[in-house]
Amino acid sequence: MADILIYSEKRDTARELTYRAKEFAGALGLGVSAVAFGPTSGEVAAELGAHGADTVYVSEDPALDGLQTDVVAEALAQVVRAAGATCVLVGSTRRGKELASRLAQKLGAGCVTDVSSMAVEDGALVAGRYAFGGNTVARETVTTAVKVFAVMPKTFEIGEPTAGAGAVVTPSLALTPSAVKVVDRRPKEGQAVDLAAAARIVGMGRGFGRREDIALGEQLAAALKAEIGATKGLADFQWVSEDRVIGLSGAKTSPELYVAVGISGQIQHTVGISSAKLIVAVNKDKDAPIFRLADYGIVGDLYVVVPALIEKLKAS
Amino acid sequence: MKIVVCVKTNPDLQMVRIKNREPVLEAVPYRVGDLDKNAIEVAIQLRDAAGEGTVVALSVAEANRKIKETLKEVLAMGADEAVVVADPALESADPGAVAVAIAKAVRQSGGCDLLLLGEGSSDNYSGQVGSRTAELLGLPQIGYARKITAGGAGIQVERSMDDVIETLEAPLPAVVTVVSEINEPRIPSLMNIMKAGKKPVTEYTLADLGLDRAAVGPQRHILSNLAEEQDRKRIMLQGGAAEQAEALANALIKEGVLER
Repeated sequence: MADILIYSEKRDTARELTYRAKEFAGALGLGVSAVAFGPTSGEVAAELGAHGADTVYVSEDPALDGLQTDVVAEALAQVVRAAGATCVLVGSTRRGKELASRLAQKLGAGCVTDVSSMAVEDGALVAGRYAFGGNTVARETVTTAVKVFAVMPKTFEIGEPTAGAGAVVTPSLALTPSAVKVVDRRPKEGQAVDLAAAARIVGMGRGFGRREDIALGEQLAAALKAEIGATKGLADFQWVSEDRVIGLSGAKTSPELYVAVGISGQIQHTVGISSAKLIVAVNKDKDAPIFRLADYGIVGDLYVVVPALIEKLKAS
Repeated sequence: MKIVVCVKTNPDLQMVRIKNREPVLEAVPYRVGDLDKNAIEVAIQLRDAAGEGTVVALSVAEANRKIKETLKEVLAMGADEAVVVADPALESADPGAVAVAIAKAVRQSGGCDLLLLGEGSSDNYSGQVGSRTAELLGLPQIGYARKITAGGAGIQVERSMDDVIETLEAPLPAVVTVVSEINEPRIPSLMNIMKAGKKPVTEYTLADLGLDRAAVGPQRHILSNLAEEQDRKRIMLQGGAAEQAEALANALIKEGVLER
């Protein structure tokens, strides 16, 4: 039976994709297989089996060390051919996006990256992704025999594991180590916040005139027990760290409450807040596009409105 | 060292309006991709640091007219020459088709030591073309470079992944894509803009590259491409700052979005 094949170097993402692939596979009459590479592959295989993979292909081939895209793509292509898979879902991390494209080229396949929604319609997988810089959502199918999709992490629920276990297969792979060598690998600094998981966020934009004024936004965030977020512009000024950026080049958030302060509402930012349950906007320009997205809007000077709001919140 | 830099002409997305959920592209100006300029800038710096070499800007499009100004801009920045693949069959081409055209054009124009691209285009941002071209040319690849230095027979690249910074080494030839933090692209001087028109531009059609329409055929089908619908209350709070603040605080309590 042809399969949907899952791979992500991120374990959570692999579990999430496997869990949902089970549903797609059911609707399409396919099986689900998954792939795990490296020293933890046995452990990961058990996890993915419990999340719905019928078969998990594992390899600890030393050529895969460092996860260089050329070698991982070749390994996956060999597994796809051996398994007879017709559809590959990869996590759309930076590494995964690069991988999906090289794999697709090896397989003569069409590919959709940065997929943010997916469903089976009329017997085909339909992928949604932001297009035109976030202005629109394109719904696309892939028309080649093998199809590759890179799906954004956290697009689906991870789901509860079951007692089920998939068959574990160790395929014989013919791999040559990459010419690319890892000299150093270190964690990024300032990656402590996970805005995607925040319940309340105060977003700041260019309406803040000076670096010192960021403190005002932080006070509002404290009063709301909210995280701080920002537009790309403020990170470019280095007034906030990169991990605070929300939008196309940053986090996609879905808080209960998003308070946009001094944010005009350019699409590059607002794609990151459209899933918020409630949006509040404070801006001095009554025609700012952010007000079209807001549930509650205040036209006014943030330097007057925000202190007044902090006071009311403390009182209530 | 010969460096080929891929550049793409994109509609200026700040100027795209939405009408009945459809993007309106009429009268929207076209411009060089932001990341493409970063790639041109790093190529110029590598060439100048080496004291020798050539920077070739390579562009693929359905028609020549759209890319003329784009190429002029990157030539004015300091690229030495340009190669254009223009063919009506490339209209709305898939990333797979663009990569085929790029790989063929690179081979036809004598190969290169380093192929540079932005990590994604400003409009579609699929991020596929670098990887696909690397595969077609059988080259190692490094994506998301924020620093590139050349030395000996290879390059050293610092790259920015989701949660780690990696330093990698690769022999040349190689394919590298860059992120915006790598540099601040220069703004060309008037003098260089004047000179740009005299730099050599080689033009190919698909037939010149031995490609037919089938080689650049579609791999995806777009069912729809519409702006998201937003259903928001759009309640504007009136009065002075104190009244607005009070109304908002009450609304937030009523909506149940404050931590209890």
